[in-house]
Amino acid sequence: MSIKIENLTYIYNPKTPFETKALDNVNLEIKKGEFIGLIGHTGSGKSTLTQHLNGLIKPTTGKIIIDDLDITNPSVKLVEVRKKVGLVFQYPEHQLFEETVYKDIAFGPLNLGLKEEEIEIRVKEAMEAVKLPYEELKDRSPFELSGGQKRRVAIAGVLAMKPEVLILDEPTAGLDPKSRDEILEEVKLLHEKYKITIILVSHSMEDIAKLVDRIIVMHRGKVRLIGEPREIFKQANVLESIGLGIPQITHLINKLKTHGIYLRDDIFTVEEAREEILKWIRGKENA
Amino acid sequence: MGPMIDVQDIIFKYSSLDEEIKALDGVNIQVKKGEFVVIIGHNGSGKSTLAKHMNALLIPSQGDVLIKGMNTKDESKIWDIRQIAGMVFQNPDNQIVATIVEEDVAFGPENLGIAPKEIRNRVDEALNIVDMVEYSKKAPHLLSGGQKQRIAIAGVIAMRPDCIIFDEPTAMLDPSGRKEVINTIEKLNAEENITIIHITHFMEEAVNADRVIVMEQGKIILEGSPREVFSQVETLKELGLDVPQVTDLAYELNKEGIDLPKDILTVDEMVMELCQLK
Repeated sequence: MSIKIENLTYIYNPKTPFETKALDNVNLEIKKGEFIGLIGHTGSGKSTLTQHLNGLIKPTTGKIIIDDLDITNPSVKLVEVRKKVGLVFQYPEHQLFEETVYKDIAFGPLNLGLKEEEIEIRVKEAMEAVKLPYEELKDRSPFELSGGQKRRVAIAGVLAMKPEVLILDEPTAGLDPKSRDEILEEVKLLHEKYKITIILVSHSMEDIAKLVDRIIVMHRGKVRLIGEPREIFKQANVLESIGLGIPQITHLINKLKTHGIYLRDDIFTVEEAREEILKWIRGKENA
Repeated sequence: MGPMIDVQDIIFKYSSLDEEIKALDGVNIQVKKGEFVVIIGHNGSGKSTLAKHMNALLIPSQGDVLIKGMNTKDESKIWDIRQIAGMVFQNPDNQIVATIVEEDVAFGPENLGIAPKEIRNRVDEALNIVDMVEYSKKAPHLLSGGQKQRIAIAGVIAMRPDCIIFDEPTAMLDPSGRKEVINTIEKLNAEENITIIHITHFMEEAVNADRVIVMEQGKIILEGSPREVFSQVETLKELGLDVPQVTDLAYELNKEGIDLPKDILTVDEMVMELCQLK
């Protein structure tokens, strides 16, 4: 399931004093099975872009081609698009509404007209994927669960639709470090197990750097940088100039360079920094 | 003079699904006037429950909470307590009541029955402190998250509190919004001498505090200066809390026999230490 975006432009409130170009001639290609991190600060256009991908908004100009199907073509049935592209919104737990966890997750598949047995299989699978114990929780009200669990129920509801592309819009916002790490780990396993294409929207570099194949950095409606995490972090100046934080480790490596200590400049984790610094210290001792 | 906030051995119980849960289990905290205290801990550790005790939104099941000597159990003192100890919550959208920024800031003082001229002064002063004067006639829904949160803070400042309790005010903001709010909080403490209780799970927000308190399962399990607390890398990791990357790095290098201070908190400190090895 490849995604191709051609010359996509979107204008909010056209021909009014509030006219804003949210997306400005975006061109992108995402391959089947890729894990993409989409980064940019508030107002950069990342959420507007993801909402185009399952037809929630129509472009002002440009095309979105998903597996040879141009979804901007008015004759395309959006139901078909939404079966393929699942979108998990920010704070998805605000959209829980059913009496039980089971019913909430089953809502999407039920509307696809699936049989009860098939629905049950899907609910079980989806709950398993996000590490929610099926027997224990299926009859509970989603509203009496913890914040992290509620969010998992909401994600499971989208997974039960068996999408080929899964878009997660800041799935860890507002969670504590432990729940954040758990959810990210589950997303990683989903990608490995089901080989689905994943687009993870975030404004935290640290969170996605370790997970994704490629990072797309958006700024003022345009794609500013695109590439593997290591390539992106070499552009620390660009990232800082558009208000995105860089991992503390990247910052450290750059600072050390100005003091005459040269280490590899494409690293961003504590483990990598430990290795590099040990190598540097031991290299000196042997010299 | 007694402490601004005096939490005396409190227990807070509530029942859920027929079982009784102790959200707070024997907590003692004394906060001095002008102090900047950060409380960290993960969801369910009791930190928000504790915060809600500090302006009488919750009353302890056992023990006492005194705000400037007033017991939160004394119903006749509730409005005085809430005027002294203001509170800012996580979601900016849930705290804004008016359609114009300055009217929103005026809402609190209006309810105190203050004269219109004095309200005008307070609103202008509060917007000035949070650096939002130029937005005074704007509609709050057109502002960014960080700006909305600063409006909420201005609304609390206009009540002239001695103390402000921030309950995860940055959890829903992006990095630049977080920075705006943190700068505002630090300024309130440094320039206005307002006592600050700041609840967060972003560790980097605790670096400039006077004192850091770590909560787990309704209890205080670590307490001290940021350096003392963050140097406990192992304990914090066990709890599933973050430590700054450079502090973690210092800890890892120490394990490899490299002699570095364990309480490194910033990139600059790490650079200095490594340069000495050069």
